[in-house]
Amino acid sequence: MLNRIIAIAKKELKQLSRDTRMLFIIFFFPVVLLIIFGYAINFDVKHIKIAVYDRDKSDYTREYVNGLISSEYFDLITYVQDESEIKRLLDEKIVQAVVVFPNDLSRKLLSKQEVKVQYLIDGVDGTTASAIQNYVNAATYSYSIKLTKEYLAVTGKNSYVPIDLQPRFWFNPELQSTKFLIPGLMGMILIVTAVISISLSIVREKERGTIEQINVSPLSSFEFILGKTIPYIFISLINATIVLVAGYILFGIVIQGSLFLLLFGTLTFLFAALGLGIFISTVADSQQVAFQAANVTSLLPSFMLSGFIFPIETMPAAIQALTNVTPAKFYVVILRAILLRGAGISAFWDQLIYLGIFGTVFITLAIIVDKRSKGKQ
Amino acid sequence: MNSIEVNNLTKKFGDFTAVDNVNFTVKQGEIFGFLGANGAGKSTTIRMLIGVLEPTSGDALVGGYSIMKQPEMVKRNIGYMSQKFSLYNDLTVAENIRFYAGVYGLDGKKYQERKTWVLKVANLENMENTLTSSLPGGIKQRLALGTAVIHEPKIVFLDEPTSGVDPVSRRNFWDLINDLSAGGTTVLVTTHYLDEAEFCNDIILINAGKLVAQGNSKELKTNYIKNPILEIETDRTVDSLEILEKEKWVGETSIFGNYIHVILNDDTITEKNIIKLLQEQNGINVKRVERIVPTLEDVFIHLIEKDNKQNA
Repeated sequence: MLNRIIAIAKKELKQLSRDTRMLFIIFFFPVVLLIIFGYAINFDVKHIKIAVYDRDKSDYTREYVNGLISSEYFDLITYVQDESEIKRLLDEKIVQAVVVFPNDLSRKLLSKQEVKVQYLIDGVDGTTASAIQNYVNAATYSYSIKLTKEYLAVTGKNSYVPIDLQPRFWFNPELQSTKFLIPGLMGMILIVTAVISISLSIVREKERGTIEQINVSPLSSFEFILGKTIPYIFISLINATIVLVAGYILFGIVIQGSLFLLLFGTLTFLFAALGLGIFISTVADSQQVAFQAANVTSLLPSFMLSGFIFPIETMPAAIQALTNVTPAKFYVVILRAILLRGAGISAFWDQLIYLGIFGTVFITLAIIVDKRSKGKQ
Repeated sequence: MNSIEVNNLTKKFGDFTAVDNVNFTVKQGEIFGFLGANGAGKSTTIRMLIGVLEPTSGDALVGGYSIMKQPEMVKRNIGYMSQKFSLYNDLTVAENIRFYAGVYGLDGKKYQERKTWVLKVANLENMENTLTSSLPGGIKQRLALGTAVIHEPKIVFLDEPTSGVDPVSRRNFWDLINDLSAGGTTVLVTTHYLDEAEFCNDIILINAGKLVAQGNSKELKTNYIKNPILEIETDRTVDSLEILEKEKWVGETSIFGNYIHVILNDDTITEKNIIKLLQEQNGINVKRVERIVPTLEDVFIHLIEKDNKQNA
């Protein structure tokens, strides 16, 4: 039995080595996705372009602006000379925010009165706008504290801040979105390449008629499927390694947890993904149909519903239930736990069970469909 | 000794009966021809005999194993080659041989021995690293047969193995089939080339899922057509055919190139009657009229037309 399985696996690898189109899908696709998601899609708000309309032109306003632009969050584009320019700058998207200092700012500060500083923020992109608001708040808050301290020092009193908020972000201290994206990306790459490659490789035998010779041989369906699957498991593991290495080199993502658990979780995920691929191969009769079906069932759900980009917790209940159609959802939880938090199996054992159920359901369905189609041709 | 025994084999797809209560036996080491038009039920019968399609009722023993109860044992003991060559075009010759040897569990010395044999029968010695896709059709077909019998099965099924290959390759291929048979292998072959049927020891003909004739080629030619057959050659083939078909004593007619074959209903009709009818009454120049032994083609056309009339 082992010899027969090896014969199939070897044959599969040789065929694959001559199939440039497939090799392209398997190895080039992940690289492209990594580059797109790693660099092009970046949810971090940095280098916000601002303009300053300084009607006070004092040490205070200069110090305040210096405070903003000394961080990497703000870039000072220009000083505005009159009000009409503000509209133009925002309209033409030359800047994302404009700070307006009133002309009585330094006078009011010296006389210990409250000062109102106006921020005009481009609100078209709500996420970016609220991020800008947060940064501005933080910067203004710390400058205010500094002024308070100076004032108290002058008057000979100790400074006293009743509650000082000190937030620390665990697991991803700089809140880099790539750290959040890479696990989801890895899930998506693995499921797409696994489902496409296994379903195409089985359907190709149907399409070319070679499956007939296999059916007449003493090979059992189990041996055939296993022999076909083994090469793709190895290829998927190679792909996973590529993503992890690229994640480390390009985005500085270090695997926090156990490598063994990572391998185990990945194999469980591949079981589910290949189960889906095998099921597709039993219902599809041509490579074209299989390719479409594989794309629709793997790429789309793993992108939209896996929690890869859009958090599942904020989806409506019906959509949340729908997210269970993709094994990538469970794998993303596992990956984030291992890669980012270094968590042990207690953090995701339930996800492993879901993956196991998913794979078993689809392989059972595949067996049922396969049995039914026999005796009909 | 019988290699294959088929008993009341029936296959229904819904309301359609593809194979209807078929019985026949195939002797060890013979070349058995399985004839019928496309859709007559040949492939369905073969697919049941090789254990990939379950019969609706009836059974068959193939190499002593029941196709109903022991399809896995049947598969181990047969070879199969279909009209679509089951070779992997993106593998080399050697890789294809290696793969099928692996599937049938051949290794070591046995594998080397069989590989050499397959390369020899396919005329591919020193070409084992050629991609299969670049081989000519005739060679591919021999390689397909070679790999189908790499495990030296006692029985081999060939489903229209020669469709779409040139006459010389067909001839070479039949030499290979004869060699296998001489070596004691039972060969069951489906074809619709009637000249190939002449090479078979025994022949069966099926039509609309039913067995309509069986025997060797000599028996078929003498047992199924009792009435005399005349072969007629004239200047105007089609006109002659129309005139002949109006006569009561003409049973069936068919055209073979420039010749017309006529099966007569009446023993008293002779060559003279034909000449009189065509030449004297209709002014068609008759070049030749001759009483002939029926060809297999005459027999099959006769049988199938008779069967279709009965079914209608």
